[in-house]
Parts: sequence; C-alpha cells; structure tokens
Amino acid sequence: MPIDLPLIWAAIVGLAVAMYVILDGFDLGIGVLLGLTERASERDQMVNSIAPLWDGNETWLVLGGGALWVAFPGAYSVIMPAFYVPVIAMLLALVFRGVAFEFRGLAVAGKSFWDFALIGGSALAALCQGAILGGLIQGIRIENGAYAGGAFDWATPFAALCALGVLAGYTLLGAAWLVLKTDGAVAARARGQAKMLLLVVLAFMAAVSVWTPLAFERIAERWFATPNIFYLWPVPLATALTAFACWRALDRGHEVTPFLAAIALFLLGYLGLVISVFPYLVPPDLTIWQASATPATQEFMLVGTLALLPIILGYLVFVYWIFRGKVREGDSYH
Amino acid sequence: MEFDPVLIARLQFAFTVTFHIIFPTFTIGLSAYIATLLVMGMVTGRERYQRLAQFWTRIFAVSFAMGVVSGVVLAYQFGTNWSRFSVVAGNVIGPLIGYETLTAFFLEATFLGVMLFGWGRVPAALQLFSAIMVAVGTVISTFWIIAANSWMQTPDGHQIVDGIAVPLDWWAIIFNPSFPYRFAHMLNAAYLTAAFVVLAVGARYILAERHPDQARTMMRMAIWLLAILAPLQILLGDLHGLNTLKHQPIKIAAIEAHWDTSGPGNFHVFAWPDEEAELNRFAISIPQGASLILTHRLNGQFLGLKEVPPQDRPSVKTAFFAFRIMLAIGLFMVTAALVGAWLMWRGVLFETRWYLRIVANSWWIGFVAVIAGWLVTESGRQPWLVHRILRTADAVSPVTAASVAISLALFVVIYGIVFTAGIYYINRLITRGPQGRAVEPSAGVPTRPLSAAHDAGREALASGG
Repeated sequence: MPIDLPLIWAAIVGLAVAMYVILDGFDLGIGVLLGLTERASERDQMVNSIAPLWDGNETWLVLGGGALWVAFPGAYSVIMPAFYVPVIAMLLALVFRGVAFEFRGLAVAGKSFWDFALIGGSALAALCQGAILGGLIQGIRIENGAYAGGAFDWATPFAALCALGVLAGYTLLGAAWLVLKTDGAVAARARGQAKMLLLVVLAFMAAVSVWTPLAFERIAERWFATPNIFYLWPVPLATALTAFACWRALDRGHEVTPFLAAIALFLLGYLGLVISVFPYLVPPDLTIWQASATPATQEFMLVGTLALLPIILGYLVFVYWIFRGKVREGDSYH
Repeated sequence: MEFDPVLIARLQFAFTVTFHIIFPTFTIGLSAYIATLLVMGMVTGRERYQRLAQFWTRIFAVSFAMGVVSGVVLAYQFGTNWSRFSVVAGNVIGPLIGYETLTAFFLEATFLGVMLFGWGRVPAALQLFSAIMVAVGTVISTFWIIAANSWMQTPDGHQIVDGIAVPLDWWAIIFNPSFPYRFAHMLNAAYLTAAFVVLAVGARYILAERHPDQARTMMRMAIWLLAILAPLQILLGDLHGLNTLKHQPIKIAAIEAHWDTSGPGNFHVFAWPDEEAELNRFAISIPQGASLILTHRLNGQFLGLKEVPPQDRPSVKTAFFAFRIMLAIGLFMVTAALVGAWLMWRGVLFETRWYLRIVANSWWIGFVAVIAGWLVTESGRQPWLVHRILRTADAVSPVTAASVAISLALFVVIYGIVFTAGIYYINRLITRGPQGRAVEPSAGVPTRPLSAAHDAGREALASGG
C-alpha cells in the first residue's frame, strides 16, 4: 500500500496548529489578562513569565502557515484571500503586541501605551484567529480553484461566537499558566479568573457543539449517523470529565494540573472540530487530497520535517526547562 | 476612485518587505558581532568585551523583535495578496520557506530566549553557545530565503505542468544559477551594515569623550572588518552583475539604461532615462565603461532594452537610479574603510576628528545600500514575478483593490509608529552607552534583557536627568 502523503501532511499541519494554539494561546491569554491587572509590578511579573518564550511560541504560527502552503497550496491560496481581513488584522495585532514586549521595558513615559498595545494586540489576534476558525467551519466559496466570495463572507454570528470562544479559551490557558508559573497576588487572582473562564469556555464549547450540527447537515451526519455515534460519544464525555478535573484542581490549590487540564480541554475541542470537518481542508468542497502539493514537494519536505521536528521539540523542552520555576513579583529589576 | 489592484498589491509588498529587510540586515551582522565579542571576552578575560556584548545585545533584542513581527507578516502575504503565485510557485518555493522555519526560526527563537534572559541563570559557556546559535540561525535563514528569491530570478530544476512549476531536482532548485552570488552579496551586505553602525557608534562616543575603552574597541574591530569586507563586496557585486548579465540581460540593460545592443556600452554616471522616447537625456557618461565592466572588453557588446517589447521591460528609472545609489555607497564604504585603516595604522585614528565626524554620521548608509540593492534586483525582475514563468500582473489574489488599499494604509500607519518608537528607543540605548554593570545580578529567575536600561531610565528620572 502506497504511503498516503496528504494524510501525513494533514497530521503535521494539524500538529503545528495545535502546538501554536496551545503555546501562543497561553501567552496571548496573558496579554489579555494584563488588561485586568492594574499594578505595574504585577504586570511585569506576568510578562516576565512569558518573555523568553513568546517568540518561540509564535514561530509555530509561521510553521503552521508555511506547512499549509507547502503541503496544500490549493488550500492556502483559497483560505488566505477568503480571510483577508481577519488575517491582516491578526498580523497587525501581532506586530503591535510583539514589539510591545520589548518597548514596554524601554519606555518611561510611554509604558502604558505599550501595555495597551500588548493587551489590545493579544485580544485582537485571538479574536481574529477565532473568526478564521469559525469561517473555515462554515465553508468557503470556491470557483475554478480560487476564492470566489467577498471580503466579509466570513463575518457571521457563528464566526463571532467562535471568535469570542477562542478569546475565552486563550485567556483560560493564560490564567492556568499564571497559576503554574507565578505566586503571590498574581497567582491567587489567576486561580479565581481561571474558574470563571472555565465556565465561560464550557458554555462556548457547548454552544458550538449545538450550533454546528443544527446549521451544517454534513456535521450532524458525521456525529449522529450510525455507526459513528457509537465511536464518538466518548469525546463529549471526556471533555466534561476534563473540565471537571480542571475545576477540582483549581479548587484544591493544585498548580500543574489546571494548566494540563486546560490544554487537554483545548485538544478535545480541536479533536471535535477535526471530526466535524475531516477529510475536508476547506469545507465544503476541498479535501486534503484535492488541495495537495505535488508528491515530490510533499516528499522533500517530509524528510526534513520528520528529521527536524524531534529537534524542535527538543528545543522546546530545553528552553522551558532553562526557565523553569516560579517568576516572582519584583524579580530581577528593583 | 479606482485603484489598480496589482499596483496596490505591489506597493503593499514593497512597503512591508522594505520595512522588514532593515532589521534582519542589522541583526544578521549584529548577532555575529555579539558572538565575536563574547568569544573575545572569554579568551582575553577583559571586561570591556563582556560589557560591549551586553550593550549590543539590548539593541539586538529590540531590532530582532521588529524583524520577527514584520517577517511573520510576509509569510502570510504570499497567500493573502499573491495567491496565484502561491499556487504556481508554491510546490517549488514553499519547501524552501518551510525549511527556513524548521532549520532557522526555531533555532533562533529558542537560543534568543537564552541569550537575552539567561544572564546569571545559565553558565557562561551556554550563554556563549546560545549567542553563536543565534548568529548561525540568521545565516541559515538567509540561505533559505535567498534560495527562494534567487529561484524567482533564475528558476531552475523544475518543469511546468498545466501552468504550475513542479519540482524535478531540488539541488538545482536551491543552488540555482544566481543563488551563490546573491547569498554571498547579501550576507556580506549584512555584515557591512552592522559594522558601519558599530563604527559610527564608536566614533560618536570618541567625539563625545565617553566610554573611551569600549569605543576604541568598537572602532578597531569595525575598521578591520570593513577593510576586508568592503572591497570584497565590490568584487562580489561585480560577479553578481556578470551572472545577471548571463541570466537576466534585460535587468542589466535597465541598470545601465542601455537601449541599443549595437550602441556603445557607455557607463552613465548620470542620466535621465526617457522610457517613452527610448533614450537617455542629460547623460554624463564614461565611454565604453559599461562594456568594460560587463564584458571586460572596451568594445564588448551587451543586450539593449530595445531587444524586447516595452511591456517586457522593467522600470528603467528605478533600476538605473537605485543601482547608482548602491554603487555610490559601496564606493564610499571602501574609501571610509581604507582611510580608517590607514589612520589606524598611523596611530591617529582617534584624534582625526573630521574622519570621526563623517563616520559617526554614516550609520545609516548600509541600510540604504541594501534597500537600493533589493530595489534594483526586484524591480529589475519585472514584469515577471517568477522570471519567464509568472507575470506579476497574473499573480494577485482575487481580493478587492479596496481591501488591499485599506490594509496598505494600516501597514503604513502601524509600521510608522513601530519604526519611530524602535529607532527612538535604540537611539536612547546608544546615548546611554555600555556603562552598565558587566554582569547582571544573578537573580536566578527570568530576567529581562533590557532591565539594566530600564533601571538607568528610572535612575535618570529620579535624579532629574
């Protein structure tokens, strides 16, 4: 049996997107949470907890976009024009937010402006990513292999729901990271915020789970047709159990478990979306096989990717290990 | 008002890529300089190297952040604005950009974290290793992106199937005919640019009689490097030009504003190329100069613009003038480097105030040369996006001109704010100088690279300075 290259590449793109969502998710979430923090020293503590890591986290976005282009140019060339507005808005938000990390440490008078850039940029990037996700689930109009819709086809109530859901989800990840990586007032407040956010995220997940099968017949069929339903019922159950575990860990003062449970919650939500959409990369017309690059391209890239991904994951372990331990208020520059 | 969507998309890409290239150019050179300083500090045990390394690392952090965020934008613009390009060339170019991410971006991002935040937290050897890895990462990144860009200039190793470029031979794709020249020319340009900034900052301190030890070290190191690299750049540029003549003769014809193949190959020091009338006005020329440079013979012939119809020609004015700006800066760099080396050899470098004043004000010339050089090569490739495979006009996305125009306006505004702030903060770091502690306190926690600068800012404020 020949190797199904497009399937392998779908898995790799999926992995890159999942890594991005989790890793940049928590640091974007911390950007949002800065907006709920007033004391400058606490803001610094929060930013310090991600300062050495955010650049590496954001690199997964480049890998995700790059891998999509390399392996599925047919999809990349349709998705990007279709989501022109949210993609450009996201990029501009990330520009503002990225430089704010450096500038806020240098500014004397302008520090509050760059904090605002960090907060606003993080929130806008999260909202845009959610809107793109929602827009992709809805589907994109394609004619002759090119995008055939308008600039705002993506802007629907469903996309708005997804945008807010992703914003809440990233903020939950950020709060759980602060529980893990900080102490004192910041950690205590984050614990309370995480509980609230957990409920909000569950509400959004439930809303999407109800909305999608009602609005999209293909998704209803995927989940509720026999025999699928017999295999798929553990997914919502596992989600509920994970959420419960997260809540209990927050309640009992655990520090590691809430973050891990929040990640698991994200992965389960992600799995649910994959189940809803697969094998379409761009619903309702374009499958992973139709959108694929030539086998020569996918092979050439696969060799390097399989060799380099373990090294990249090694970098990840290395840098998180170097910067292990708690970040305390007032550390290092008072 | 109706916009031409292709023109707006080109303007947008030209703007974002021009903004972007400033920062990698600087950080490629600066990362190598910082790594060198750390090695010298470790070998000699002198504190000044360590201080200089920390000083430049702060400036590096700001520049690198601006390079990263503006680079992420480019990775997505291929799809948002040039979706037809991403289909036609994606099978060939996509993997080159993909390998850049896998081999360079993750390496840089990881070790940058250690380089910036590891002071006092990791052993000095690991700190040094991280700085070297960042410098190596920038070179790897240059390798891949220049390979991708060179393939657009001189495509090879592919075949066209149903209008789409399909890879045949990856070695031929990566090491396409113009790649080695363009890689060497760009890498050297980055080192030159950073060296001129270092030289200028050193001269600025000497003139102000501040940080004399560090300033002398900076100037000596920069002049040594420039005395070798600036002449080398002229040689590399010449080789690159000959390669372009072979593979993209019309680009050369535009650079030289050379209309008739049979006409004399004069080098126009100045001219006003009239593209309507197909001739040059107000030309001041060196007879047979261009022939001599390009064919190494006085009466050698090279292709003129009239060999191809007007719609297949690039903008002659752009290529012509941008090339002359680059060349003038290149010659200035050689002169400045050799004069500096001579003054240093005579032992009067730090007392020669006219020289110090000139170089202190020349920090920007490398950036202008790099932008001018890219303008030559990219505008000279027109009307093709991928040489003889895809026309720029056929490569745009099916998005409205209004969307592209509005996003262009937003890019201009936001990049304008970011750039102004970045230059302002970098200038403030330079004004403050490398006077901080040689080793930051080992707090045992993530520290910020800029914390010393931050402290100083507060101290200055507290003391009313």
